[in-house]
Amino acid sequence: MALKKKKRGQSEYFFDYSLLFIVLFLLGFGLVMIYSTSSYEAAQEYGSSTYFLQKQLFATILGLIMMIVVANIPYRFWEKFALVGYMAAMVLILLIIPFGKEANGAKRWLIIAGISLQPAEVAKLCMILFLAVVVCKMGKGIRTTKGFLLVLLMPLPVVLMVWKITSNMSSAIIIMGIAILMLFVASPDYKKFIIMALGVIAAAAVVVFVIVNMANGDGLDFRGERILAWLDPEAYADGKGFQTLQALYAIGSGGIWGKGLGQSMQKLGFIPEAQNDMIFSIICEELGLFGAVAIILMFIMLIWRLMVIANNAPDLFGALLVVGVLGHIAIQVILNIAVVTNTIPNTGISLPFISYGGSSVMFLLIEIGLVLNVAKRIQLKEM
Amino acid sequence: MLITSNRTYIRKKIVTVFVLCSVLMVALFGRLVYLMIWRSEHYSGLATQLHERERSIKAARGRILDINGTVIADNRTVCTVSVIHNQIEEPEEVISVLVKELDLSEEYVRKRVEKYSSIERIKSNVDKETGDRIREYDLAGVKVDEDYKRYYPYDSLGSKMLGFTGADNQGIIGLEVIYEEYLAGKAGTILTVTDARGVEVDEAGESRIEPIDGLDLHLSMDVNIQSYATQLAYQALETKEAESVSIIVMDPRDGELLAMVNVPEFDLNNPYELSQTIADETENETMTQEQLQDALNQMWRNGCINDTYEPGSTFKIITAAAGLESGAVTTGSTFHCPGYVVVENRRIRCHKAGGHGSQDFIHATMNSCNPVFVTVGLRIGIDNYYNYFKQFGLLKKTGVDLPGEAATIMHKKENIESVELATMSFGQSFQITPIQLITTASSIINGGNRITPHFGVKVTDKEGNLVEELEYPVERGVVSQETSATMREILEMVVSEGGGKNAAIEGVRIGGKTATSETLPRGSGVYISSFVGFAPADDPQVIALAIINHPKGQYYGGVIAAPIIRQLFENILPYLGIMDYNI
Repeated sequence: MALKKKKRGQSEYFFDYSLLFIVLFLLGFGLVMIYSTSSYEAAQEYGSSTYFLQKQLFATILGLIMMIVVANIPYRFWEKFALVGYMAAMVLILLIIPFGKEANGAKRWLIIAGISLQPAEVAKLCMILFLAVVVCKMGKGIRTTKGFLLVLLMPLPVVLMVWKITSNMSSAIIIMGIAILMLFVASPDYKKFIIMALGVIAAAAVVVFVIVNMANGDGLDFRGERILAWLDPEAYADGKGFQTLQALYAIGSGGIWGKGLGQSMQKLGFIPEAQNDMIFSIICEELGLFGAVAIILMFIMLIWRLMVIANNAPDLFGALLVVGVLGHIAIQVILNIAVVTNTIPNTGISLPFISYGGSSVMFLLIEIGLVLNVAKRIQLKEM
Repeated sequence: MLITSNRTYIRKKIVTVFVLCSVLMVALFGRLVYLMIWRSEHYSGLATQLHERERSIKAARGRILDINGTVIADNRTVCTVSVIHNQIEEPEEVISVLVKELDLSEEYVRKRVEKYSSIERIKSNVDKETGDRIREYDLAGVKVDEDYKRYYPYDSLGSKMLGFTGADNQGIIGLEVIYEEYLAGKAGTILTVTDARGVEVDEAGESRIEPIDGLDLHLSMDVNIQSYATQLAYQALETKEAESVSIIVMDPRDGELLAMVNVPEFDLNNPYELSQTIADETENETMTQEQLQDALNQMWRNGCINDTYEPGSTFKIITAAAGLESGAVTTGSTFHCPGYVVVENRRIRCHKAGGHGSQDFIHATMNSCNPVFVTVGLRIGIDNYYNYFKQFGLLKKTGVDLPGEAATIMHKKENIESVELATMSFGQSFQITPIQLITTASSIINGGNRITPHFGVKVTDKEGNLVEELEYPVERGVVSQETSATMREILEMVVSEGGGKNAAIEGVRIGGKTATSETLPRGSGVYISSFVGFAPADDPQVIALAIINHPKGQYYGGVIAAPIIRQLFENILPYLGIMDYNI
């Protein structure tokens, strides 16, 4: 990296305005899309077209405040809270069993001081912090197989709890994905990861193959049917394929230029709760291929900024924190768009910064705050 | 600080992660290109199907006109008033206006206005004027849709043959059924875009496929003749306290029906209300749904087509024609009637107790002498008689353009013995419909052409441009010209000097034949009196049949049915230009 001469009067430290701008743009765009997507249904259901917009705006403002606070606390401060956070996440998840609030047939929320909170979101943040600390503590130990396996196994209790207690397989996958990405960056090895990736792909292929062959017989559980609906959504239009098919209708109707902002038909109740996980399909319908590409490019720019910050982080801890956030955002974006376009079987994953959901946006903004603080610590003369 | 030895590979790994993520995102972009360009048409087509709802627009049903172009079945524009919940802006005003204009209770209207549904019907069959008034209020969320309702300006005239239509403007009985395909037209559609609940989305607008109106049907029926025949039938019904009276008036040359009366008729504009007579008969306060439907079916029955009867002496026209045609008898053949005839140990009596004595065939017909006709029938023989029965078309339906024509009820050929043949000769022991009798009589007097009786003449569009001329089969030569001419002469004698003299009109040559038959079982004292007459006798242009079912008091056809035809002819012959008023 080329060294730049420090100019007179310029700050000695770096502030990543590009990252901030990209995040603010995505938040603003998300709010516009949430209003566009939810206003009709909100007016029907709650009598106010801004019902969802208001709630999301509140969560966003709260998130921005927390982001500013976190951005001004040296990230090393959090190091000592790693284990506490890890335990806290587990406790919060366990609290769901007696106190959880149910919505849409799943118990995933806790109500704390009138604000609903998803412990799974807390767990993502805590896992990033915890693993970053663990890897730093290990030092060269990460290069041994024992160290490798240790890092791989550490998130498992939380992953299993998220999966089984909150029956939220998507969040479990994301947490595991974040852990594997952080491990990948920390470990100099490639071979193990390639073998792991191939193993996962092979296992998935076997599962799909078995389910398709079992399709004629009965006794398929609902995940099995989900796979079949993925392969041919039109054949399962009334069941598991419904949501996917409706999303495809929306995407297909968008065409190159889209119908125009606010003109979506599919949001009029055809896609249930379109402002949640399926919001990308409405973006496609209203803004067309160009709108969709613009959003994908924004996300690529976002992870590019995160990459730059991680690469220039003053220490391994900071770099790993940023890598964790990068992994979190990238995995969710990729899986969300893959689900909406029926590239992978349907599972509920929200689109970062854009989908409706208070906990999600608040914790993402806390993560961005962390990243901004890591960026602040980059000394410009080192770049 | 990153440890220098770590730095290189960690940076490499971070870049790898970034590249990997970017590649996956670009791959998803490729997937989007496929979905949004190549599959766009497929999915947007399916989506449109999902979003669009069809509302049909009724087509105006074709009118039915009589021979003079008088409209006898028309359409009236009526309105259906509905409310669309989520478009209503001032519910209180909507409720008060609808209560006032539609004369409904506030509770009823409020319930529907406040009900959450895509579209709620408030009232249908609303007068056009009321509908227009409601439309003028210009209330958001109130929809006034125009619709057509069948309307019969002459109420009950020709009810059983004309028929009526149901809720979807489809024919239920009569000509309305037979000519459904011409009259119905093709419904149009309004395509509207709706949300998942079926609530219409305003901004999306609507596209219409216009309905194609039905075609007009022109009949040979004449409202004036039909009206007059109906009057005569009601007169006979009342004076004779009969159960029912039927009159058919037809042109024997081509089978065009000028009138078909079955009294009591019913009100075509209220076909589901039992007419007074039937309502009286079924005194029971409450009827089951089934009983009501039976009573309605009974009321709608067209006796001329749907019911069979023993024709009795009018059928002697057929026996006479068969006898002449086969050579079994000539006009000059002489017979002796002792007042009875014995067939296989069975004694068949003549209506004249002492017998008619010696008489030729013409006089035997004039006297309607049963023994002579039995003799003629036996002379023709079973095989021949059956063949003539078939040749005259009596075994098949007439093919009249009305629904539900009943078939002839006849012995099987192998079951016909002398006794059966004897009774058949004077019109008993088998049953035919009135339309069958008048059609067969027509073909015997018109020179031997078996015509198809019909009402429908042509189909035109609204402006009167011909679309289709309706054609009907004619079977020529069922009897010879000579026999036909002889039959006309004989039947003219029946009216001028014989049993049908009550049908005679001075100055017009009229032919005809009377009949009086006792319904089964014999000795019941219940009769059917009838008369079939035609004019002018030498060149028949109109033929009419009157049947009085179950008259009280005097029941001879020659006494009670023949005068009906006389009165009918006295009025319609001048009208048809067959007779001068001044004669």
